[in-house]
Amino acid sequence: MTPAELGDLSTNLVWAAATVYTVALVAYTLDLAALAERVPRTRRAVAARPAARPGVAGGTLVADRAPTGTVGTVGTGGTVGTAGAGEARRRSRARGIARSTTALGLVLHVLAVVLRGLAAQRTPWANMYEFTLVGTLVAVVVLAVVLRGRDLPFLGVLVSGFTVLALALGLLVFYIRADGVQPALDSYWLVIHVGVAITSTGVFMVAAAASVLQLLRDSRDHGSAALAGNRWRWLEAVPRPTELEALSFRLNAVGFVLWTFTLIAGAIWAEHAWGRYWGWDPKEVWTFVIWTVYAAYLHARTTRGWGGRRAAWFVVVGFACVIANFTLVNLFFSGLHSYSGLSTGS
Amino acid sequence: MATYRPEGIDDAFVGPGDADGGSGGPGSPDTSGTPRDPGSPDTPGGPGDGVVLPRLGVLGWLRWTWRQLTSMRVALLLLMLLAVAAVPGSVLPQRPQDPARVAEYLADNPTLGEWLDRLGAFDVYASVWFSAIYLLLFVSLVGCIVPRTSVHLRGLRARPPRTPRRFDRFPAQAALETTSSPERVAQVATDALRGRWRRLPRFRVDVCPEAAGTTVAAERGYLRESGNLVFHLALLGLLVSVGTGQFLHYRGQAIVLQGRGFANAVVGYDTFESGTGFDPASLEPFSLTLDGFTAEFDPQTLASRYFRADVTVREADGSQRADSIRVNHPLTAGGAKVYLQGNGYAPEVTVRDAAGEVAFAGPVPFLPQDEVYTSRGVIKVPDVSTGPQIGMVGFLLPTALESAPGLWRSVHPLPGDPLLVLSVWSGDLGLDDGVPQNVYQLDEAGLEQAVDADGGTVTLYVRPGETVTLPDGLGSLTYDSTLRFVALDLRHDPTLPFVLVFSLLALGGLALSLFTPRRRVWLRAVPGPDGRTHVTGAALARGDDVGLQRELDAVMAAVAQDGAAVDRSDGLASPGTGGDSSTQGPDHTQHAATRPRGAR
Ligand code: HEM
Repeated sequence: MTPAELGDLSTNLVWAAATVYTVALVAYTLDLAALAERVPRTRRAVAARPAARPGVAGGTLVADRAPTGTVGTVGTGGTVGTAGAGEARRRSRARGIARSTTALGLVLHVLAVVLRGLAAQRTPWANMYEFTLVGTLVAVVVLAVVLRGRDLPFLGVLVSGFTVLALALGLLVFYIRADGVQPALDSYWLVIHVGVAITSTGVFMVAAAASVLQLLRDSRDHGSAALAGNRWRWLEAVPRPTELEALSFRLNAVGFVLWTFTLIAGAIWAEHAWGRYWGWDPKEVWTFVIWTVYAAYLHARTTRGWGGRRAAWFVVVGFACVIANFTLVNLFFSGLHSYSGLSTGS
Repeated sequence: MATYRPEGIDDAFVGPGDADGGSGGPGSPDTSGTPRDPGSPDTPGGPGDGVVLPRLGVLGWLRWTWRQLTSMRVALLLLMLLAVAAVPGSVLPQRPQDPARVAEYLADNPTLGEWLDRLGAFDVYASVWFSAIYLLLFVSLVGCIVPRTSVHLRGLRARPPRTPRRFDRFPAQAALETTSSPERVAQVATDALRGRWRRLPRFRVDVCPEAAGTTVAAERGYLRESGNLVFHLALLGLLVSVGTGQFLHYRGQAIVLQGRGFANAVVGYDTFESGTGFDPASLEPFSLTLDGFTAEFDPQTLASRYFRADVTVREADGSQRADSIRVNHPLTAGGAKVYLQGNGYAPEVTVRDAAGEVAFAGPVPFLPQDEVYTSRGVIKVPDVSTGPQIGMVGFLLPTALESAPGLWRSVHPLPGDPLLVLSVWSGDLGLDDGVPQNVYQLDEAGLEQAVDADGGTVTLYVRPGETVTLPDGLGSLTYDSTLRFVALDLRHDPTLPFVLVFSLLALGGLALSLFTPRRRVWLRAVPGPDGRTHVTGAALARGDDVGLQRELDAVMAAVAQDGAAVDRSDGLASPGTGGDSSTQGPDHTQHAATRPRGAR
């Protein structure tokens, strides 16, 4: 096959992956809906549960009066209970579909990325379209890892929904044909710096979804009027805010270390390519801003009165900055990092 | 264990563990979460007892301020401020990066622009407010980190905190009964906790006999705090290195024409800037000649793909070598790095004045404006023997195509069919009034543009080898040939290795601190009235820790297994499973299956 044909095949695979993820999105949503229907019964089941798993070495049961700092197995919330066999069947079918479509989507997605690399004859992350492709791939992989052994369809809804949106945007707006790169990008630092940046973006994405869930559940627990209705009943079935916070923190910790590496690797590369390691180029500014926001998040978690909800808002703001860095800064701010591959006016 | 805690830190780890007897003995700092004031005058040092009262007031105030500044809350606030303050610099044009766009912005928004300028919004990262934020942050950092470091250094040698009397408040708990003696339980638990490597024990373990039995106290993850401190200290090192670099660095830019050279001296550069600590005499006098230049472009999109400048370097000691400079591959010469920052074409022209004398001859760099190298430049001819001075401004099109009558554009970045398109001005170039001029701009104030008989402006079109007559009898211009030029950027910053090392230290410390679990585990083995040993365990972690219960369970499992082995060697049948993992506390102890059936 010629590179052009490989490139076209890759594009078709991305469309296919996006379609399959859309099915996954629907399945996660159905799963969530079924979960919500079971909430009143589930609550009773949970209350009567402590004896449910006798003698499981290594497992953790979470006492209702959890002392601070306790982390249980996240997401055991809605899984036990014998009532509601109908919903249970529906749930397991929905979950099965969600799982298998996510897996299928991943296979197509990986293939698309590999073919893209073959078509361009370089690492397939050098322009916005490719960032979108690889970033969403990482997010879905992290989702799949997080959902192993956890029952969090809401996370599935958020991440697959986001992925479908991002892929569509990538295909319709950011798309450019597979091609070589300009001399400044022709470096192994492209593989390292950009690769790690995209990976941390994917990790931050899932973490942000967990924090959103944490905020929602916390608001409902505290009697928020907007979230009191029946439509939000499923929130009772998700893990407690402290557990979601713990999940979000662990992902964010990984993301933050990767982001710190991105920052350092970027500076080293800038020193090689532009002759200065730091020059307050818009992209550098935003990388710094994101880093500072997540550093503030880590501080907030351990500052009295700033943990929990407030810390979760930092995650949301941090991820908003990540998205802004990727979209606004690439497209509208002029700087040395004008690598979107799209020509924008100037 | 001694604790220093910044004001406002929320840390369950230090709380229960220490409150129950862990906190270090006499002389350890207070555990109330109040930092001691390392930098502030802790003791009233001045003489003059008469002024004690007001001095105390000032001192108290100082102490209060210091405590606030070094509190977690203020650190958090400053971090947030720093993030917000950095944003405007990416939205508004910045002087150090792009002075031309700042000027443009000021021209477009005179009133707002002036105010913004006064606030330093066009040089955010050097502005007073931005500097104030990060300097305060680092002062806070020092105030926070210095006492923490000294406490941690002492704590590194400390024993694990004593076993608390009650276990029911801890997030991870377990209990079992075994036939092993309390001492044996302690031994087995110690071995399990220390792990396989004697020299690198996972846990630091203390075994203490108690009146009622034996306890094991263990702690791991001291490196977590070490990592955290290394991270924060490395940030400090980074700031100092970067600051020192600013002080000592120099950077120069030069345009070097094909076949010509440039020498590393301040006067050799088109622009040169350096820190206040830079000594011009320290420039190593190497020189460099541009022998050739290779450029490759994508045949379809015409996007650039490859640039290489071939150069000859003559070092100060007279040695000479051929080398090349590519993007991403700077050249090292004379202790500095030389970067390839740009390239373009310089038409070599000869201008004769009205008297036919050669008034100017040589290449003139034209700066590329787009991907197809439509290049803009100015030819200034001040040294005419007669008549007015001449200025020409216009474009060089490397591969020219007439897309409509009189409308030329470049269609390829390589010089396939170069064309010079110039308009002609005459009068006073303004070079003699001492004000430095941009060589790429024509100061039109004292000049008049040449027009033809119909009043339209005159445009000259010249190809290599051609000569055209200038209007108004000004003389003539010959386009001799097209040369390449490269824009080189030379930079020296002696602190680069430090910046790198501190960055990597920060990264390492961060990873260590975020990924090292810090855990305490306690076991208590008490002989029961039935001759069996009751073992209870508890564990506490620093922060969220999913592996905490598993850690405790593993120790309990080792104890249970040992009990089962003892039982078996006694000839008693026993299923011997692992420890119980409930958090219901000792009241609900589920007995491990080591109880010999019907025995005793
Ligand atoms: C330049 C400014 C600062 C930055 C960028 C920064 C960044 C960070 C980051 C990323 C962490 C989490 C990683 C780790 O645990 O090692 C952290 C933790 C921490 N920082 Fe800072 N910090 C700064 C200043 C300060 C100051 C001024 C204080 C003291 C008031 C402070 C006290 C702490 C403490 C106590 C922790 C540990 C929290 C925990 O227990 O997990 N930091 N800092």
